[in-house]
Amino acid sequence: MALTSERPAPGLGASGLTKRYGEREALRDVTFEAAVGEVVAIIGPNGAGKTTLLSMLAGSLDPSAGEVRRPPGGLGWVPQQAAIYSKLSVAENLRLFARLEKVDDPGATVGRMLDLTGLGERADDEAGTLSGGNQQRLNIAIGLLRAPDVLLLDEPSSSLDPRQRDRLWAFISALAGGGTTVVFSTHNVAEAERYADRVLVLADGELLFSGGPAELERTVGGDPRDFEAAFVGFLSAHGH
Amino acid sequence: MRWLLLKDLQILRRSPFLVGLLLAYATAIPILIGLALSGDQAKPAVAILNEVPRSQYKIALGGNSVNVAKYSSRLYSAVDPIRVKTRSEAFDKVRSGEAVAALIVPQDFTTKLSTGVEQPTVEVVYNAESPLKRAAVESLIKARLADANLALSHKFVEIGAGYLDALLKGGTVDVGGTRLDVLGLRNARGIVQAAIASSPRDSPLRGPLAQVERFAAQATLGLAFSNGALRSVSSPIAVRQTTLQGDRQSLSGYLVAVAVTTSLMFVGLLLAAGLLALEREENTFARLVRGLVSRTGLLVEKAGLTALCCVPVGLLMLVVVSLVAGALDWGRFGAWLVGLVLGGLAFAAFGVAVGGVAREVRAASLLAFLVALPVAFLALVPSGAVSPALYDVISAISAVFPFKAALQAMDWGLNDAEPGFAGPAAHIAVLVVAYLALARVAIRRFA
Repeated sequence: MALTSERPAPGLGASGLTKRYGEREALRDVTFEAAVGEVVAIIGPNGAGKTTLLSMLAGSLDPSAGEVRRPPGGLGWVPQQAAIYSKLSVAENLRLFARLEKVDDPGATVGRMLDLTGLGERADDEAGTLSGGNQQRLNIAIGLLRAPDVLLLDEPSSSLDPRQRDRLWAFISALAGGGTTVVFSTHNVAEAERYADRVLVLADGELLFSGGPAELERTVGGDPRDFEAAFVGFLSAHGH
Repeated sequence: MRWLLLKDLQILRRSPFLVGLLLAYATAIPILIGLALSGDQAKPAVAILNEVPRSQYKIALGGNSVNVAKYSSRLYSAVDPIRVKTRSEAFDKVRSGEAVAALIVPQDFTTKLSTGVEQPTVEVVYNAESPLKRAAVESLIKARLADANLALSHKFVEIGAGYLDALLKGGTVDVGGTRLDVLGLRNARGIVQAAIASSPRDSPLRGPLAQVERFAAQATLGLAFSNGALRSVSSPIAVRQTTLQGDRQSLSGYLVAVAVTTSLMFVGLLLAAGLLALEREENTFARLVRGLVSRTGLLVEKAGLTALCCVPVGLLMLVVVSLVAGALDWGRFGAWLVGLVLGGLAFAAFGVAVGGVAREVRAASLLAFLVALPVAFLALVPSGAVSPALYDVISAISAVFPFKAALQAMDWGLNDAEPGFAGPAAHIAVLVVAYLALARVAIRRFA
């Protein structure tokens, strides 16, 4: 199923994205666009294809069919599990990826990211010694090194405590306010309702819905204050 | 690529246990090899009970005095002798494992030997606790006794030849302590010829004397060949060695090549497999390959870094072996380096393929061990040890893995051994490309 939002100046576009592993289709003909500064949440049950979709959008997984249109200003990628070198320090991880990303001034960028993530005091600590939450902050900081036009996050808040989660979303909202397109996946539908401009509902590799959270509630009917119930009802209505 | 290399070096530097193991490996193994090559540990300890009285060490044979101790020393020089005084002491040494065998020379040994008729017997006692040990000890003792037997038989032949020489040319011989003057066939023939010449033409003695003269002539001719014939009997088979394939390099040089190649295999294989699998285990692979570095570039970086690490490790091994055992030719230092680079590249490429297939550091390490040892053993099977058909199969399997080619390259580097440089280098180049291609396919499952 292909659903397209009618928004101008897309920051990111996917057309007919399909991923096959042998006979199995992990993702089937997914098409969508995300506008500049838009925050898009991808939600769906386990095995829906959320990570597969984000990996293909990021370019770390080649699609079996379809194509991705990425913005000229680059794309930041924050995988679900912290993708950092545990034997390198926080600063060394940032510096390494800043150099690989060919950032103009790696030193200044690393300093800015340390301030942004609040990890300045842990700059010289090995990343492997950080808590899960701090590792995730470092993980996100690496994704932001290039100040990308589009930021992709795969379940970014899953290992964060509530306070860190609030800080993360405040930060992401600020980025979106500055024109960065944000696409994130989550199991926390309340988070999607609260922070996303639009949600994409994936199930069994198929894109079932693309629209605002309120629109999804309206589609299902029932209690308009319970987005989670609307989401579950929507999936049930589609046989999932 | 440069930043990735630096990052991996930084990670290695922060893994002191791993680096320590590499250095320990590079120094401990060659020290052991060096000690094995330079020490006399190859000589097994053998308990020797010599019951022959010292006064009977010398025996008289054909007027010659033969010192039997001179011949027994040949046997003793090939072993580490432990002198014992009684049979029970000899048995105890073997039982306790202090000696692998005991050799008992009985009291009547030289007496029987001096008769030239009776065969003296020595007794060998050993522990047959394992078939391997029994075979080794039996082989050693038989070989050393064969040496002593041969030396003694040479002496006997020499004495026998002396007798024949006296029979031919005349002279003095000693028989049972009595000195006898022997006329000799040549002299006898001369006397008979003179007698024929001085006798009347119609003398009835001329016929018989002519017969005796002809016999003396024939016997003289026959005995003239007797020395050579006797020598042939004492050593019926002479050996002339012709090498069809390979060369006559020293065993110690070859052993060093095997040891260094084996070490390169473990270091290269484990390091390359671990470095690649680590990228997946730390989830950084997906981040790197989305435009920061190509998949092929990543593999080349891992293989290159591993090969670079193999060179100093291998070089350190060679320097230590050389210092401890002095078995290497420093004039071929450049060739050492080439051999190390080729071996390092071969195992590094194999390692990234293993890392790509295994995907996890622990699984990669286990797989590397499981694959490496049989591959090394197969490559060391010599032709003739198994049936020709099986050897062809083994050769085909060995050709697919890098050990044999790396060993040949290392052997060339160290010992200038056959088949030289070009063949192994081309073989390794093909293997490197093939393994990188295999790894390139395997890492499609990484993301």
